[in-house]
Amino acid sequence: MAKAREKSGDGGQKRLKRKAAAQELPEPAVADDGATEGGVQPPKAAAFPPGFSISEIKNKQRRHLMFTRWRQQQRKEKLAAKKKLKKEREALGDKAPPKPVPKTIDNQRVYDETTVDPNDEEVAYDEATDEFASYFNRQTSPKILITTSDRPHGRTVRLCEQLSTVIPGSHVYYRRGLALKKIIPQCIARDFTDLIVINEDRKTPNGLILSHLPNGPTAHFKVSSVRLRKEIKRRGKDPTEHAPEIILNNFTTRLGHSIGRMFASLFPHNPQFIGRQVATFHNQRDYIFFRFHRYIFKSEKKVGIQELGPRFTLKLRSLQKGTFDSKYGEYEWVHKPREMDTSRRKFHL
Amino acid sequence: MQSDDVIWNTLRNKQFCSFKIRTKTQGFCRNEYSLTGLCNRSSCPLANSQYATIKEEKGQCYLYMKVIERAAFPRHLWERVRLSKNYEKALEQIDENLIYWKLVPLSKKVERRKKRREEKALIAAQLDNAIEKELLERLKQDTYGDIYNFPIHAFDKALEQQEAESDSSEDEEDEENVGKREFVEDDEVDESDLSDFEDMDNLDASSDEDQEDKSSSEEEQALNTKHKDKAPLKGPQQRKRAYVEIEYEQETEPMGKTKAT
Repeated sequence: MAKAREKSGDGGQKRLKRKAAAQELPEPAVADDGATEGGVQPPKAAAFPPGFSISEIKNKQRRHLMFTRWRQQQRKEKLAAKKKLKKEREALGDKAPPKPVPKTIDNQRVYDETTVDPNDEEVAYDEATDEFASYFNRQTSPKILITTSDRPHGRTVRLCEQLSTVIPGSHVYYRRGLALKKIIPQCIARDFTDLIVINEDRKTPNGLILSHLPNGPTAHFKVSSVRLRKEIKRRGKDPTEHAPEIILNNFTTRLGHSIGRMFASLFPHNPQFIGRQVATFHNQRDYIFFRFHRYIFKSEKKVGIQELGPRFTLKLRSLQKGTFDSKYGEYEWVHKPREMDTSRRKFHL
Repeated sequence: MQSDDVIWNTLRNKQFCSFKIRTKTQGFCRNEYSLTGLCNRSSCPLANSQYATIKEEKGQCYLYMKVIERAAFPRHLWERVRLSKNYEKALEQIDENLIYWKLVPLSKKVERRKKRREEKALIAAQLDNAIEKELLERLKQDTYGDIYNFPIHAFDKALEQQEAESDSSEDEEDEENVGKREFVEDDEVDESDLSDFEDMDNLDASSDEDQEDKSSSEEEQALNTKHKDKAPLKGPQQRKRAYVEIEYEQETEPMGKTKAT
């Protein structure tokens, strides 16, 4: 038959492995059916697993079929192995070895050599002498100026207002075309310790510049996922004037440490525990999540939290040594996507 | 009135553009000012009223810039700046000239990737759990001092420290503990019934009242603020209120405070 000849022409290798009996029987049935039948047929009879690599089959359809079968086979084997393991575990009962920990990105993270060791003296010395030392020594108390880029729209304005309720000791001023370079000396003259500029693009805030004065580092963040208070579901009433506590999670590397200290220096030294408010900066995979909650201890082992304030996500773009200066500033760290984002297991904060 | 989008729509979708050359897969732009040679929305010199490119003429590199203000003057449309032969100086010159240039928008691919990574990071972060853990740690570390007085906690603390003084008060606490919700079974009651914060106020209030020696004016004030600041939770939590209230009535000692239950 024409079909038989055709088949023998194409799948020469497979043909060789077929049993002659198997070949004769299905053929009459195949005669009328189209290529689909013909395609399905050969794999059943061909030796599996094939002695050669699947990728060497030139015919795409057959190759695909072989691959599908191989994948099904793999799945079956995996399922069987799992079942076996489960049985063994049950049989052993208490003596079973502990379950292996699943791999996650966070525990597969490439070890960063700049990870801070809590006992490191050099780090401790650096921190005692850096620009935030005066805050941590209680010499200065924070006074923050929040402003926006030119002509802010509704969302940005409201975010500024809500931020100022979250951070005690902050003042919001709107810019009307004033250059940042001119604002900074004025701020320093009036004893401001920090400057926050919220950048806006197309009516939503998308950037945040946090600059420590008088000559402290400037961090430039990308802002995303902004939720204003009214957009937060199941939130509590507005925050009170009490100074919140701060939680800084997962700032492990040197860079993370300095950013963490930057955030810490925004808030007053003594949190008022009466207010039971907590501001959280949680770093996960280089994204810093900001949340503002009110907590209550239901018992000594249970705590309930209720989200109050705005929430947003920050991603560090660059850290500059001096105050804000985009041209001549000395950059301590810049995020370069093409170089730094290549590995999925490497994070910098 | 020049609108980039209108121009692009006119040129692109199979309408005619004299600079466009199409192959089967790609479109190319023959315009001499085009930055890449491809026919793209972002690299079409006609469809972008603000555009810059670098051209080489007779061994000299020039920076050509086009701004929307000069769109009415075709003869002066392109501004040409001769660049230095020194590569670095040329780069500086370019930066200088393009200092107020519109930034190139981030590519969609990068944006999407970032968004996805952020979502994954958020899921991995498990923020609520992390915050709760941290707060409980702080409670254990005694950072809050005397504000919270949980009987079991206080019991342990007293065991570790001065047992002489606190023994009597602990006995009181023990007796009172019997009726308290802090017990295991009662903890379940806590979970479901007392998740309503208003009732939590009552719990804390009553527990503070019971330990009269511990309640100070400061705590009363704290309780008051707690009471005011709580927002009523909705729905299912309210349902269980009735059950809890019964317990309260058993234990509440009138202290002159009115509780809205």
